[in-house]
Amino acid sequence: MSNPSLIGLIRNEVLKIHRKRRLLVVSTILVVLVSMFTYANYRQIEKQREEQGTIDWRVDLQQEIIDTQNRLASANVQDEFRQILEFRVQQNQYYLDNDINPSYPGAPTFMRIFFSQGTTLVLPLFIIVLMADIVSGEHNDGTIKTLLSRPVRRFKILLAKWMTTLLYTSLLIFITAFVSYAISGIVLGWDGWTAPILTGFQASPTGTFSTDFVHTLPMWQYLLMSVGLAWFVVAAVGTIALMVSVVVKNTATGIGIMMAVLISGPLLTSLGSNWDSSKYLVNVNFGLHTYLEGQAPPIDGMTLPFSLVIITAWALAALGFAFYHFTQKDVY
Amino acid sequence: MQPTLKINQLSKVIGKKTIIDNISFDVFPGEVFGFLGPNGAGKTTTIRMIVGLIKPTKGTVSICGHNVEREFVQAMTQIGAIVENPELYKFLSGRENLEVFARMLPDVTEARIQEVIDLVDLTARIDDKVKTYSLGMRQRLGIAQALLNNPRVLILDEPTNGLDPMGIRDLRLFIRRLVEETGLSVLVSSHILAEIELLADRVAIMSRGKIVKVGTVQDLINELASTVDIHVPDSFEALPVVRGFESVTQADVVDERTIRVSMNLEDTARLNRYLLERDVAVSGLERRVQTLEELFITLTGGDHIV
Repeated sequence: MSNPSLIGLIRNEVLKIHRKRRLLVVSTILVVLVSMFTYANYRQIEKQREEQGTIDWRVDLQQEIIDTQNRLASANVQDEFRQILEFRVQQNQYYLDNDINPSYPGAPTFMRIFFSQGTTLVLPLFIIVLMADIVSGEHNDGTIKTLLSRPVRRFKILLAKWMTTLLYTSLLIFITAFVSYAISGIVLGWDGWTAPILTGFQASPTGTFSTDFVHTLPMWQYLLMSVGLAWFVVAAVGTIALMVSVVVKNTATGIGIMMAVLISGPLLTSLGSNWDSSKYLVNVNFGLHTYLEGQAPPIDGMTLPFSLVIITAWALAALGFAFYHFTQKDVY
Repeated sequence: MQPTLKINQLSKVIGKKTIIDNISFDVFPGEVFGFLGPNGAGKTTTIRMIVGLIKPTKGTVSICGHNVEREFVQAMTQIGAIVENPELYKFLSGRENLEVFARMLPDVTEARIQEVIDLVDLTARIDDKVKTYSLGMRQRLGIAQALLNNPRVLILDEPTNGLDPMGIRDLRLFIRRLVEETGLSVLVSSHILAEIELLADRVAIMSRGKIVKVGTVQDLINELASTVDIHVPDSFEALPVVRGFESVTQADVVDERTIRVSMNLEDTARLNRYLLERDVAVSGLERRVQTLEELFITLTGGDHIV
């Protein structure tokens, strides 16, 4: 193995992040969050049991369908939202007709919901906490001068930093999966890995609900896909955060920019289904789980492959710009 | 002898401002080269170009024959540097810092790391976090880092900043010993003349982005010694007599008993006889060595210096 090797450089980056105890902070927040959600979930089940004297999911689902239909009946529902609600009614009806419980009680279902909800905001936020100062921190400390005057090409240094970003993305996803399973399992039970779940609902080309491609998957397989999508989004956010860290020398400013990017995504989706071309923005595409779950896409014409391509394109552009900036610019 | 560091017609233009204006100088093996100039003269910018942090607009820097821009890795293998401050990871221990930078170099062994730790005398505190170090210790750790790869060229930018007089003396002795033992070249930048005068073999004086003078310290001192102070019982009475001597170009009263004379120094003895013949009781003749500081003000046109 040649020395200086890429592995050595990655070890350096891991040591720096490790000593700043960032992963510990993120893991602690995760444990607190998951504990809170688990408790909330537990209270909800208790309440149901008290009110209905049963925890039959069929009764539950039927009730939810009726509730949603009531909402649809009221006049002041926006058109975009109406479509989402109609999808939900039809989907739930489909579950009911096929006698499949969409939220089979247990830790795997908790994980499914946590990853689905966490991918757009919480998990990207964590990777930003971990990675925001990976380059700008070297500027703040002045260590960039020592780092870049050693006999290693700048290209290789940034490559090591990017690979560290991907490594921490994987670690973060793994820890999230572990924590959400371990903690929720205590209350909700550990099984449910093989419970069937439906996927493949989609909007037909005419924009209406379609069940043509629906198929059943065991939970573990569905979860694997879900976690994969989460990894993809978090890795993309990490890559964009790396670019911001290269370009914006001040870490606090960098975090602010990344937060704005993240938060404006859901905001744009809820406001902007009339602004059609906003679907080409990267942050509008982070909700990959809507495709898996078969909800109506935020903007017409968005599909899973479309979103994957958009995210990949933005991440690659960010990476290219980061490498250009890092290798070409003067360091003061 | 081949220079270890060759600066050739180097310029840096930022926007419309010329920060570094066509400078050239060589540093040779076994030499301590002083790089002198007021704050803002362009010393640090030059050093940043030497270590490849910024790109020259024109000209080249070569380290042991390797062009810094084209053969960056080979050039950096031969150099160790502290740019401005010893910039190290404060949240890591001293040893971890050295290990981090060792992994960026070819073939640095554990033994070599221990060797540089012993060399800069940090053994006792090496496993403490750098944020607990004093400035002097950080400076030493910075030097240890710069020496890890056995460089042919060591660059120290304002190394005495924040050191107490003992620390400055220790550093000076350390650099001298290092040069004698390893034969490397050291480039030391400073805005404090006294420091460079004691440490360097040769100096380059920089002002407003230009090199105004390069020479050995001895050359500079010889050049400076061009005035003589004459001690007499009564300066005012003796002044016209002194001015009457042929090779005196200028003579002024310093105080009641001293006259300062600019003249050809070879004629000092004749001036003495001349005065005695005219009943001026000379009680002392003193060849006056101007300090580097005074020369500096003359050369740089009174740039602000410390």
